[in-house]
Amino acid sequence: MIAELGHYALMLAFGLALIQAVMPIVGARNDDPTLLSVAAPAALVQFVFVALSFGALAVCYVTSDFSVLNVYENSNSAMPLMYRLTSVWGNHEGSMMLWVFILALCGALVAAFGGNLPAKLRANALAVQAWIAVAFQLFILTTSNPFLRIADAPFEGRDLNPVLQDPGLAFHPPLLYLGYVGFSIAFSFAIAALLEGRIDGAWARWVRPWVLGAWMCLTLGIAGGSYWAYYELGWGGYWFWDPVENASLMPWLAGTALLHSAVVMEKRGALKVWTILLAILAFSLSLIGTFLVRSGVLTSVHAFATDPRRGIFILAILVAFIGGALALYAWRAPLLKQGGLFAPISREGALVLNNLFLTCACATVFIGTLYPLALEALTGAKISVGPPFFNATFGPLFVPLLLAMPFGPLLGWKRGDLLGAAQRLTAAAFVAAVAIAAAFALQHGGPVLAPFGVGLALFVMTGALVDLAERTMILRVPLGAALRRAAGLPRSAWGTAVAHFGIGVTLLGIVVVSAWGAERIAALKLGESIDIAHYRLTFDGLFNQQGPNYRDVVGRFTVRRTNGDLLGVMEPSRRMFPARNMATTEAALMRRGVSQLYLSLGDPDPDGTVPVRLYFKPLVLLIWLGAVIMFVGGGLSLSDRRLRIGAPRPAKVRAALQAAE
Amino acid sequence: MTRKQRRLVLIGGALGVLAIAVALMLNAFRDSIVFFNSPSDVAEKHIAPGARIRLGGLVKTGSLVRGDNLKVRFDVTDGNRDIAVAYQGVLPDLFREGQGVVAEGALDGSGLFAADTILAKHDETYMPREVADALKKSGHWKDAYGQRAAMPVGEAGK
Repeated sequence: MIAELGHYALMLAFGLALIQAVMPIVGARNDDPTLLSVAAPAALVQFVFVALSFGALAVCYVTSDFSVLNVYENSNSAMPLMYRLTSVWGNHEGSMMLWVFILALCGALVAAFGGNLPAKLRANALAVQAWIAVAFQLFILTTSNPFLRIADAPFEGRDLNPVLQDPGLAFHPPLLYLGYVGFSIAFSFAIAALLEGRIDGAWARWVRPWVLGAWMCLTLGIAGGSYWAYYELGWGGYWFWDPVENASLMPWLAGTALLHSAVVMEKRGALKVWTILLAILAFSLSLIGTFLVRSGVLTSVHAFATDPRRGIFILAILVAFIGGALALYAWRAPLLKQGGLFAPISREGALVLNNLFLTCACATVFIGTLYPLALEALTGAKISVGPPFFNATFGPLFVPLLLAMPFGPLLGWKRGDLLGAAQRLTAAAFVAAVAIAAAFALQHGGPVLAPFGVGLALFVMTGALVDLAERTMILRVPLGAALRRAAGLPRSAWGTAVAHFGIGVTLLGIVVVSAWGAERIAALKLGESIDIAHYRLTFDGLFNQQGPNYRDVVGRFTVRRTNGDLLGVMEPSRRMFPARNMATTEAALMRRGVSQLYLSLGDPDPDGTVPVRLYFKPLVLLIWLGAVIMFVGGGLSLSDRRLRIGAPRPAKVRAALQAAE
Repeated sequence: MTRKQRRLVLIGGALGVLAIAVALMLNAFRDSIVFFNSPSDVAEKHIAPGARIRLGGLVKTGSLVRGDNLKVRFDVTDGNRDIAVAYQGVLPDLFREGQGVVAEGALDGSGLFAADTILAKHDETYMPREVADALKKSGHWKDAYGQRAAMPVGEAGK
């Protein structure tokens, strides 16, 4: 019954989305306020029905209703409640439901809190939002219906893919989708502006908080997925340049560029046409990401089960939306008036440079990801484009970007003083130089470029601090005055500095772990030891442990310093899931400051020998900590007064956004 | 600076960055692309020793030999030809005889494939798509490989 209600609610939502997709546009064309006013309530009620439908599916999962095919295939009554709930989106149908749910949520937020937007802009944007909803709801209803029943309900479900039975599933997909789908709002506003043929700085002010919120969620979602892969897959990698990861990185790069170009548009009225294009591209890349991951063109843990019809359907959605949006852009963009002149050396110039590098980096990732697919479709040759390609293209493009980054905030609008900015960054350059020298002195046998990487990371970090020091004039005026200045700084200035600092932190982690990480692979007998960095691990034996729906074979290892101090035990395991006859590797992690020891087990031999992989990962936690700092920076910027003025009833906007996270 | 000069600087800068990006990509495409081959392809194309490739097929039943220090040897087959693979390290969770596998590495002079990476599978029904296609090409595809009746996986489900 619940499943049928959910199915019915989704169909009603589809009907409402159709109304919302047509009426406001007609209203805007004919200046009919009645039709215009349909948009907001339609978006709200559509959200209610999508939420009901999503809730119904969740109830089916939580109550383990195996008469529903989707639940039968992806759940098991022995799973803990949390995994029964999160497995709602641990499969193709359910994850599309989550996609549509978040899309409807975004539309409802615009409807609820966009009261001070010009009526036509809001109505048009909501209509565009509804086009997307129509396409994806139709996709679910026709090819991916999660509410199908089985005639003879089985007693037990097939269980969720064990790799997904992890707390990561509770955070990673929802955050990632909030990011992906959050960019749909910028897209809808861009299309609405093109439909109207009118755009000004205020547009950027309305759109920026949404872009910022989406960007924050995407940042955290990508970082979360990276950490999950790091500890779950058992080989200690945090980024594989896998097409599925690239699919989330591309919208992030485009979204970061959009975030920066929107600043120029808002403050100076320049780069309008470019900003609109980026808004279209960011969401288009999100759609391409959805296509890559959901269509089955890539086989990966994210592909779940697929059939070709779905791929073709998503491809059609992709072509219609991206093609349509770009065609509209080509037709209408020349109508938009350009404004705001600036010298090449200026804050605007720096932000343009940022955009150039980010979009080029995005393009290299795009080509590296899609080239193998295109080549196979055209010639049948199967190739793989792996980390060496991306290290040789993406890396060199990011170095100048990061070098230039600390200069940007120190340059004035319109016409900047590069020499002055360079002088103010002397301190940062000094810190970087000291770090490079120290790294060279301390390292034995690491890569030659690594100390320079450390230097760049510290340059970026101290550069962000210099920016704050300059603004508060700390060390130059009495401390009290500096603190008053600090309190008076706009939150967005704090946000910029904090987010830029976070980039430096992530970079430091990446450089140090790549250059000075250590790896040992060995087969250990009972009582044998293995050394890595300053640590010695001794194998104390295997024991069995029974979990709710799995059986663990746990290895116990004592960790000591090489000088003999006892540090603790590490217990990596092999986890066997009988429902799917499948094993996973559960690595054991021991944190030492922000570094980690990482230990995973291979299949134990009958004679009691266990193969182990042991890694020492220096400063590895900085990689994800940096992403959290970027998230905080985004949050500070989001709370800026200037952005709140753009949206009425500010406290609620923020509360709602937070609730959605 | 006149308006025109400013615009030229902008366009010049943009083209400059774009040129760098294109140059980097072309350079990387020359060096870092790895082709996928089935054992038959390896024999037919006379792939040179030392060239990095991906080799995919089924792990031949009964061919897995474990040595000291996590060294393993096994044969990869597509039904027509076999290639011996040597690897040292921990095998992925779902590595089994008779199942699909993709190994990355290079041939040595004696025709032995020295693999440095064995690609992991994500689920017990997953057959790497390249492997599925290679088996279909060699005529040794069986519908029972890597799938469940109700759950076709990727292209293998067609």
